[in-house]
Amino acid sequence: MSGRSDKAAPLAVKIVISGGLGVGKTTFIGAVSEIEPLDTEAAITQVSVGVDSLVGVENKTTTTVALDFGRITLDPSIVLYLFGTPGQDRFSFLWDDLVEGALGSIVLVDTRRIEDSFPALDYFEERGTPFVLAVNRFDGAQLFALDEVREALGIGPEVPVLTCDARDRSSVRDVLAALMDRVVHQHVTGGPAKAGAAAR
Amino acid sequence: MSEELEDALFVRPFIMTGGRVEPTHADLRLETLVVAVPEASPGSLEFERRRIVALCAQPTMVAEVAEKIGVPLGVAKVLISDLVVGGLLVCQQPTELPLHVLERIRDHVRAL
Repeated sequence: MSGRSDKAAPLAVKIVISGGLGVGKTTFIGAVSEIEPLDTEAAITQVSVGVDSLVGVENKTTTTVALDFGRITLDPSIVLYLFGTPGQDRFSFLWDDLVEGALGSIVLVDTRRIEDSFPALDYFEERGTPFVLAVNRFDGAQLFALDEVREALGIGPEVPVLTCDARDRSSVRDVLAALMDRVVHQHVTGGPAKAGAAAR
Repeated sequence: MSEELEDALFVRPFIMTGGRVEPTHADLRLETLVVAVPEASPGSLEFERRRIVALCAQPTMVAEVAEKIGVPLGVAKVLISDLVVGGLLVCQQPTELPLHVLERIRDHVRAL
């Protein structure tokens, strides 16, 4: 590597897990993490009772936002963190910090509330962040063909769309691997250029 | 606690940084791992800075430092960057990762 002493801190890399409120982000992270992720959506919602009515600037409580994250030690020198994006709009200021430097993102989709994933899609498309779409299978939700989901979301053919079970470790691993394939591919081809459009 | 006492005890977060909001060392991300330099002596440090150095005996994420010290992320970044510049903490500069590192990460993920 760079010839640093062994006192150097390990390299930390991250993948951002996003999607609407209650789509299964914390479950997804928990399926592969070495540490129990914090369900900040539940925590925040509780804390929000009576807080949201206060005018922010006058509020005398120091706002430290708890982040929803999991950790995977890939080898002694690389640690992968999975960060869930906060579902509530009022924490959208955190997105830039969360996404800056991320390897890529996974957008989780619930087919019963497909529109909840629009903000995340817009955000990553605009920034050129590599991402894959993962349809979380919920009991009782109607199964759609992945092509239908792709069409409903207006996703180009270059973005992988998969189904997953956020509770299942190997399923979550497959989604992460699909994203890493995309990250490597995008690195080699030099950016998020729409494969089809560029070729023609 | 009475409201007056609460007012008296409240410290605005950026007081801890002397009002500075820009880190002296700009390359800290919320996932950056920081670790205390073993031979560094935190003896002269006070309050939050001392707690941060103690906390970072093990590599700790910037975001975790903020959470555990109980300060906003922006405050934590200023305090940590001061300590990095002061030689008490070290971290890896975030850089564009080369292909072989990305491939190594991919292979590790596939093997999970």
